[in-house]
Formats: sequence, structure tokens, C-alpha cells
Amino acid sequence: MSLMDASLWEVIRASFNPDIWKELLVPIGETIYMTLISSVIVLVFGVLLGICLTLTSPDGLLPLRISYTTVGWLINVLRSLPQMVMIILMIPVARLFFGKSYGTNACIIAIAASCIPMYARIVESALLEIEKGKIEAAKSIGSTNRQILFKVVIPETLPSLIRGFTVAVIAIISMTALAGMFGAGGIGDIAVRFGYQRFQHDRLFACVYILIILVQITQGVGNVISNRILKTRNLI
Amino acid sequence: MSYIEIRDLHKTFFHHGEGLEVLNGIDLDVEKGTIYGIIGFSGAGKSTLARCINRLETPDSGSIKVGDVDILKLSKKELLEQRKKVGMVFQNFNLFDSRTVYRNIAYPLEISGVSKEKIRERVLETAELVGLSDKLDSYPGGLSGGQKQRVGIARALVNKPEVLISDEATSALDPQTTLQILDLLKEINKKSGITILMITHELNAVRYSCSQMAVLENGRFLEKGSVESIFNNPKSHTGELFTKVLEEFQNISFSGGEGI
Ligand SMILES: Nc1ncnc2c1ncn2[C@@H]1O[C@H](COP(=O)(O)OP(=O)(O)O)[C@@H](O)[C@H]1O
Ligand SMILES: [Mg+2]
Repeated sequence: MSLMDASLWEVIRASFNPDIWKELLVPIGETIYMTLISSVIVLVFGVLLGICLTLTSPDGLLPLRISYTTVGWLINVLRSLPQMVMIILMIPVARLFFGKSYGTNACIIAIAASCIPMYARIVESALLEIEKGKIEAAKSIGSTNRQILFKVVIPETLPSLIRGFTVAVIAIISMTALAGMFGAGGIGDIAVRFGYQRFQHDRLFACVYILIILVQITQGVGNVISNRILKTRNLI
Repeated sequence: MSYIEIRDLHKTFFHHGEGLEVLNGIDLDVEKGTIYGIIGFSGAGKSTLARCINRLETPDSGSIKVGDVDILKLSKKELLEQRKKVGMVFQNFNLFDSRTVYRNIAYPLEISGVSKEKIRERVLETAELVGLSDKLDSYPGGLSGGQKQRVGIARALVNKPEVLISDEATSALDPQTTLQILDLLKEINKKSGITILMITHELNAVRYSCSQMAVLENGRFLEKGSVESIFNNPKSHTGELFTKVLEEFQNISFSGGEGI
């Protein structure tokens, strides 16, 4: 059903038609799959890079200019590419890895390349939030750098790390939708093929609902976890 | 023989190419088992001196001995072990908010690989000493300032260090709580014979707790000696600022035991 020959109300009603939703089950699965896999990759590498930046910064525990500058530069370069450019750019890279340049897995590479640098910066600023006095105290007790990182800095900044990860996952969801245009499947694919090319606005609306729900759930879960930690620690 | 022995300590910080001489030839001798007060205004170099003693800051020149240990000659690994023998308490407590009181106190033992049973034993013992036995499962976020500092003290003591450096430990606390914490430090000193270096800008705290004291100004000791002698007749060359404060202070009635 299209907005061109039906009223908005009719299109909205049609967008809740069970048949449409049955067709959407597979794309929803694809979107969730892409989001989950990408989130895990972004979490692992984003945290590693963020830790690397914080440790090697001039005021960090292991100041190392070369590493700090190089990683920082690489992140800035990747972050300056718009998501769509990143997808196009990663097409040949995906061919190298998977033998084909389209599909869900190929797009995960582009999502990772785009969202890892973002989350790395979020991790960096979360880790830098820690009061210097806590590190000083840990040092005065005789902690090694590893102990300071894993027993003090990360646990102390955990709520911020979680809230930052929520932001990253939402960015990933939005990028999976974009990746749909480039053969990744999922909700974005449906939105473009039916909503844009065939003017089936009821399907487009259904896609919009799904994206909204996914983002709301992500934000909600992130808030609940991070607030629960803060409440346990008597900080709110 | 003195237990802490500092000779001709110098430290200059550089900021935008300009040098700031924060420690300017410090000599200090602290006998074992005393509570030694170091008093000075903000910016005098007190914290820098404290941080040099366990080499959180590396001095430019001079020597520091704690017991038989030459602090500036230690290897990195030896330094970590040495720091476990010098407890430190801070103005802002610097507790770990992610850990309960129990796990804050346990932290120093945990990083040394002490067994769970032994940790439990020591933590309970130390918590009792500082009067926190009923707060072990609380998080620092839910404690009062005085309770937080008790956790800080317990964390600093759990390794049974030989020295406790208290860097403005009571400066963030109200007068009544300050008195309780000072009493606690005195009690611990009496019980265990631990040497306490009490760094503060509060004359009251020094007068109440210390037997010996030194006055620090601009990175130099203006005078050193017994608290009694310095309070009774501050030397003429004592820094103007300090003398002024001291005079004002002496005009206020002071009762050693009850109020601060
Ligand atoms: N890491 C540092 N870098 C540069 N300047 C510092 C540093 N630490 C302390 N200072 C400066 O040294 C002076 C003495 O500081 P500090 O030892 O903290 O004094 P106090 O504890 O007596 O208030 C201050 O002027 C302070 O700004
Ligand atoms: Mg200070």
C-alpha cells in the first residue's frame, strides 16, 4: 500500500498486517544477527584500542608516544569517513575475506571499521574519567599497572563503559539499515526495496517500527544495567 | 637512629619551560614509632614530599631512607614491594567505589596473592581496629566522610606497614570527625608502634597528635623540633605567614583534649 493512493491512516493500519510481519521475520533475524556479531567485534576491539590509547597517552600508565599518535591518527582517519563511503570502501576488502563483496558478512566488516573507532574514543573518554587520586592510591599500595587497569580503572568506570557501548550498538543498528542498500539484507534492505523502489509504504512503516523498537530496547537495557551498578554502589 | 632519613632532597617541576622548585633541600629525621607532623600552607610542597617517600614522585637529587631501605636505589619490582610497607591515607579518601568496604580493605592483600582465608582474617581484624565491623558490606558511596577515612586507614594498615603517611587525612572532615580520626591514628600508633608522618595545614591536628613537627614553606623546612618548643617560642626566622597564623591561633583558647 502506498501513500500515493491511500491515506496515512490506511497505510498505518496496513503496516500492522500480519502478512507483512511474517515476511519481515527473516530480515529482522538478519538485522539482529548483523547487530550482534558487529557489537561483539566492536566491543572487543573498541575496548582494546581505547585501553591502548589511555595507557599510552602522555599522562597514562605506560606513556608511549609512537603508539598513542599512530592509533589516534588511524582512529581519526576511519572516523572521518561517512558510513556509506566506508561500506563502498570495504567492498574490495570483503571480497578478500569472503570471496564475495556483498552480503551480511561483508557488511559486518564495514560496520566494524566504522564503529570500532567510535567506540574506542568512547572507551578512552570513559577510562579518563577516573579520579587521578584512585590511581595514586592504587600505586601507593604497590599495584602493578595491570592490576591498576583491571582491578581499579575498568571496574570503577564500568557504568560509563556500558553507557558508551549502548551508544555504539545504536550506531551499529542504524548502520545495518544503511548496509541493507548494499546487499546486506535485513530491515534496511526491505525498507529500500519495498518502501523506496516500490512505494510500499506499509512495509516501510513496519521497518521503521522495528528499528525504533530495537533502539529503544538497546537503550533501555543499557540504562538499566548501568543504573543498577550505580545504585548498588550507592552512587545515585 | 632515625627511621626515616631524608637528605638534601630537591624537586623541580617544569611547566611551559619554567621551573618551579617545589622541594628545595629537605632534611628530615623521623624516629621509629613517633607521630611526626609536617605543617605548611597549600602549595608548600607537602604532598610532593610525601609522594617522594614511596617514590610516586622521583626527586631530582638527595636521598631517602626508610628503615634500611634506600628508596631511590630500588628496582621497579623492589619498589612495588616497598610501597606495600608504607601505607598512605589521602584527603579525598580515594576509595574504590566499585568495591565494598570489605573488598577495599582486602585490595592490598588481594594484589599480593594472599589466600582468601588469610585475607578474611586480616580484613576483619583491621576493620575492628578502625571500628568498621558493621559496615563491611556497604559501598563507600553510602558512607559518611569519617567512615570513608576509616576505610582509607584500614586499607593503608591491612598490610601491617611500618610507616603511615597521612596526607591531609582530616582536611575534608568536620571538627568532630577530625578529632575521632586523630584519636584513631594515635591509638593505632600506641598499639602497634607504627611511625606516622602526619602532613597537614591544620595546626590543631599537629598539636593534638604529634610529638615532633617541622614547618614547611616554599620547599624548605623553616624549623623542626618538638611540638611543645615550637608552639611555645616560634623562632624569629619562622616564615611570616606561619608566625601570623600561629599568633592568631594562640589567641584562641585551645583545650588539647576536647575540641579542635
Ligand atoms: N606533577 C606536578 N607537576 C607540576 N607541578 C606540580 C606537580 N605536583 C605539584 N606541583 C606544584 O608543586 C607545588 C607544591 O604542590 P604540593 O606538593 O601538592 O603542595 P601541598 O601539598 O603542600 O599543597 C604546587 O605549586 C603545585 O602546583
Ligand atoms: Mg597537598
